[in-house]
Amino acid sequence: MALTLMKGSEAIAEAAIRAGCRYFFGYPITPQTEIPEYMSARMPEIGGCFLQAESEVSAINMVYGAAGTGERVLTSSSSPGVSLKQEGISYIACSRLPCVIINVMRGGPGLGSIQASQGDYLQATKGGGHGDYKLIVLAPASVQESVDMMKLAFELGEKYLNPVMIVADGMICQMMEPVVLPEMVDFKVDYEAKPWAANGKHPSADHKRAIINSLYITVEELDGINETLQKGYREIEKNETRYEAYNMEGAEIIVTAFGTVARICKSAIDDLKAKGINVGLLRPITLYPFPYEAIHDAAVAPGVKAVLDVELNAGQMLEDVKLAINGDQKVEFYGRYGSHMPTSEEIYEKLLSMREGF
Amino acid sequence: MVKHTINEELCKGCGLCVRACPKKILRISKGKLNSKGYHPAEMMDIDSCIACAACARTCPDVAIHIEKE
Amino acid sequence: MAVVFEKTKMLTDAVFHYCPGCNHGIAHRLVAESIEGLGLTDNVIGVAPVGCAVFAYNYFNCDMYEAAHGRAPAVATGIKRVHPDTCVFTYQGDGDLASIGGNEIIHAAHRGENITVFFINNAIYGMTGGQMAPTTLIGQRTTTSPAGRSESWSGSPLKVSEMLAQIPSAYYIERVALNTTPNIIKAKKAIQKGLRYQMEGRGFSMIEILSTCPTNWGMSPVDALKWLEENMIPYYPLGVYKDKGAE
Repeated sequence: MALTLMKGSEAIAEAAIRAGCRYFFGYPITPQTEIPEYMSARMPEIGGCFLQAESEVSAINMVYGAAGTGERVLTSSSSPGVSLKQEGISYIACSRLPCVIINVMRGGPGLGSIQASQGDYLQATKGGGHGDYKLIVLAPASVQESVDMMKLAFELGEKYLNPVMIVADGMICQMMEPVVLPEMVDFKVDYEAKPWAANGKHPSADHKRAIINSLYITVEELDGINETLQKGYREIEKNETRYEAYNMEGAEIIVTAFGTVARICKSAIDDLKAKGINVGLLRPITLYPFPYEAIHDAAVAPGVKAVLDVELNAGQMLEDVKLAINGDQKVEFYGRYGSHMPTSEEIYEKLLSMREGF
Repeated sequence: MVKHTINEELCKGCGLCVRACPKKILRISKGKLNSKGYHPAEMMDIDSCIACAACARTCPDVAIHIEKE
Repeated sequence: MAVVFEKTKMLTDAVFHYCPGCNHGIAHRLVAESIEGLGLTDNVIGVAPVGCAVFAYNYFNCDMYEAAHGRAPAVATGIKRVHPDTCVFTYQGDGDLASIGGNEIIHAAHRGENITVFFINNAIYGMTGGQMAPTTLIGQRTTTSPAGRSESWSGSPLKVSEMLAQIPSAYYIERVALNTTPNIIKAKKAIQKGLRYQMEGRGFSMIEILSTCPTNWGMSPVDALKWLEENMIPYYPLGVYKDKGAE
């Protein structure tokens, strides 16, 4: 299999195309601008559509329009732009449409910084738009993982009729790594499988017209759609939880971390292992559905004395880690605000100092 | 011969057809009430109707249907 | 017996919820009749706004989207880029198009997006109970301009057709009204032209339709038409503001 050295943004964009995406609507914002730039050149090559929208608000609404036709549709942005998209995302979720949204997280809040952060965990998993909906949220930790996730993201969206968010960060998009790119998927909208898709045809006896909508103005109607959504979320939670467990055997401390921060933690863990100290890592890959059970089980495994949650934010996934553990284990937090990437040495020192208390 | 039908249940008694009719042969009924509480419009003099459809064209509720021999 | 006037099959059997005399009913019917008349019933997708016409997806007998407030031109863009040969139209009020949706409409025109926009201008926010719109006239009382719109505080009403006609890639912009039979006939011709231009691939069309809101203007439907004639038409003159096809 051929390895290509690629910049994260470009690899992600190419992977989306290979997953059958032919519609990209986006807007420039650091540190993901290379994604729309790549799409602007590549989409015309394969007969797809790249459109630079006038804002991230417009872009997500273009996604809504295209997603309602059953096509594989993508937008990407970074934290402030993703905030703008929240209204549109809530509409897409309630309308039960598949699509993929990439958030290349940067420092916040506000205009913040342009370097990597993990400050949008809560926005992605607990909202950030209005109403009782969830996004399926995937958190890659490498360029290869991001590439492999693209096809999965489109497929999950179609399986559950739900928008999917990939939370990368500035580091993943800006770094270059060798990747294996997947084969091109020959994707065509299957109208039999997608009777909800709009195609302009007049309604007939065997074909109802498509109404792509999120307005449910009576109590019964709103109850109905929310029941449907909640049923879907229980299925997603049952079937689609993904995580990585690293070096768990004989671990005294379990580290929880996601994305590139988890990779940094792995370096610290490897350095400690060389010294005969065992620390495990539980890395959620799906932030929603969150691996509550796996984290709890890891935290209370024999020999484990503490959990350390490491994030590039003020403590967001920490809330879910604590929820998972439910008081059954000591949880500590090591965080750096956005932009301020922790070094493996810092984490190494933190883990060592935790052991002094044992 | 003109057949001019006003669907009294759809009519909201807005009076736009009365204003539009060039022959002034439509009016809002006084006695009739539909199930929504509106006084529907009614034709006063079908023999004078020229089937111009000005009434139907302005009716916001598509309540008027016109046929002609 | 020959049919002189019957309901178009591009409208469903759903009963219009609009107030008595509301011009939405006329506008819906003209758009639906035009779609049928142009032979587009089997190749059309519409986008409904947020406003009194939020339930337009119940009335137009075709695939319909409900858009977020102001976003219909962006939604239509997404649809049209997937189905470039399908007739895609938006139907929007003055809050939707000229206030929150200001950016989306400008950029759809700016891109020369090959869609047809029907813009219902009734100088007020109807659905939410009669607040000031960008198109509310100076001195006009609304629930958020109880002393009448003040030019110094809120600026003068926005002339959307004139504004969009300046955009180089806007193809066809016309302002019409529904207050008289001749104007209704002219309005339908404009609506048909906007749809026909789209199917000929010519680019962005918008038809601004001056309309009444009897309930929130506090008038009878017939008095509302008079108010429109005396106050709106002088400020918002009817006519073609751009037609590259006629140049």
